[in-house]
Amino acid sequence: MPVRLHTPLTKQMLSQLKAGDEVWISGTIYTARDAAHARMAAALAAGEALPFDLQGAVIYYAGPTPNPPGRPVGALGPTTSGRMDGFTPDLLDAGLCAMIGKGERNAAVCDAVVRNGAVYLAAMGGAGALLARAVRSREVIAYPELQSEAVARLIVEDFPCMVALDAHGGNAYIDGPNAYRNNVKL
Amino acid sequence: MREVSVQRLRALVEQMCIQACYQLPQDVCAAMERAEQEEPWLPARRVLHTLRENAVVAVQEQTPICQDTGMACVFLRIGQQVYWTEGDLQQAVQQGVRDGYAKGYLRKSVVADPLQRVNTKDNTPALIYMEIVPGDQVDVTVAPKGFGSENMSRLAMLKPADGAEGVKRFVLETVRQAGSNPCPPIVVGVGIGGSFDRVALLAKQALLRPIGTLHKDPFYRRMEEELLRAINRLGIGPQGFGGKTTALAVHIVPHATHIAGLPVAVNINCHVSRHVHAVL
Repeated sequence: MPVRLHTPLTKQMLSQLKAGDEVWISGTIYTARDAAHARMAAALAAGEALPFDLQGAVIYYAGPTPNPPGRPVGALGPTTSGRMDGFTPDLLDAGLCAMIGKGERNAAVCDAVVRNGAVYLAAMGGAGALLARAVRSREVIAYPELQSEAVARLIVEDFPCMVALDAHGGNAYIDGPNAYRNNVKL
Repeated sequence: MREVSVQRLRALVEQMCIQACYQLPQDVCAAMERAEQEEPWLPARRVLHTLRENAVVAVQEQTPICQDTGMACVFLRIGQQVYWTEGDLQQAVQQGVRDGYAKGYLRKSVVADPLQRVNTKDNTPALIYMEIVPGDQVDVTVAPKGFGSENMSRLAMLKPADGAEGVKRFVLETVRQAGSNPCPPIVVGVGIGGSFDRVALLAKQALLRPIGTLHKDPFYRRMEEELLRAINRLGIGPQGFGGKTTALAVHIVPHATHIAGLPVAVNINCHVSRHVHAVL
């Protein structure tokens, strides 16, 4: 059974999670990807306020397709997280609790996740139509000129993810393939 | 000579962009179904099942399969007897892309300049490739290309002495390095030969071939099979969480090249391998 988590997250909740666990997130999460990260990093360096409070926050690396009439979003799956690696440790050190994306992270992000008792969650890449069903609303809160890359506040209900990096150093991108290789005769 | 209105092409491109982004091609659906049946690892099988479910939902809800609706690649094979009327050919294609991405609620993912990065807000310019061929028909392929997988693609100028083994090593190394990033299961397009610039285009064209069709040259047919087997022994698996199904297919397009060279390019596509084809 998936673990159900509601935002804002606490480090105590996250410490229970293990790489490979299924997690359903409900509550508020924020979309930010390449261009928004560059702006937030500049704001952080200049000592300016960020578009949202990082304490207990979840960032979703994603940019949706435009919403057709009557729907909160179009397709909304994760983008490749690795492109945000350079920005992530500073955000984690400043209070960010979780990131949702897809694909491996570099060593600096893995270290920062453990150092801060945070988690990195993987949503299913290429399942944007299905994932959009868990989104109840979307409101752009910063950088509207970035179009789909703008920072938006999403309200989600049972948004399905898997723990890719846990707070104790577990890594599903290493453990998963190893478990397969050890259990299935190649 | 046959007169063809560029407005007909514009309307066709518009509709093809939308179809490509909403509907996973039949050959890819079949390959995904087969992959799920043949996947021995349960967690991997579940991922494949969810991705197949996603494709069904996309059609039902008329939503893009993936939010990265790509940069539109448009391939035109134009019969030399075609005479274009009612406007500028390339502008008509760009307008078709603009209209398709607007009317289909597709994401506008193009920036006007690679370093200054201001979004063009209409997903143009599309990348247009034109070829003049015999006849009086126009063969149109629209292939919106996502960049999660495009970013994992690589090119190398190998030595002729590296041979087929060198090419295979490079392909495997590229897939291993890509790991979970291009959303496996992937389709691997391989260009071999030509020149530095041409080989990348060959790799892209390799992705347009329907999965399940065999290479007409037995030498390359064997090489494709060997590479697919080797890739699916890496253990990366769907989404990179382990499993057999790292790739659905490997397609090779070879081309004549120089006595001194062995260019090779690997263009990776995720399972959302979009290619819509029509004849005008």
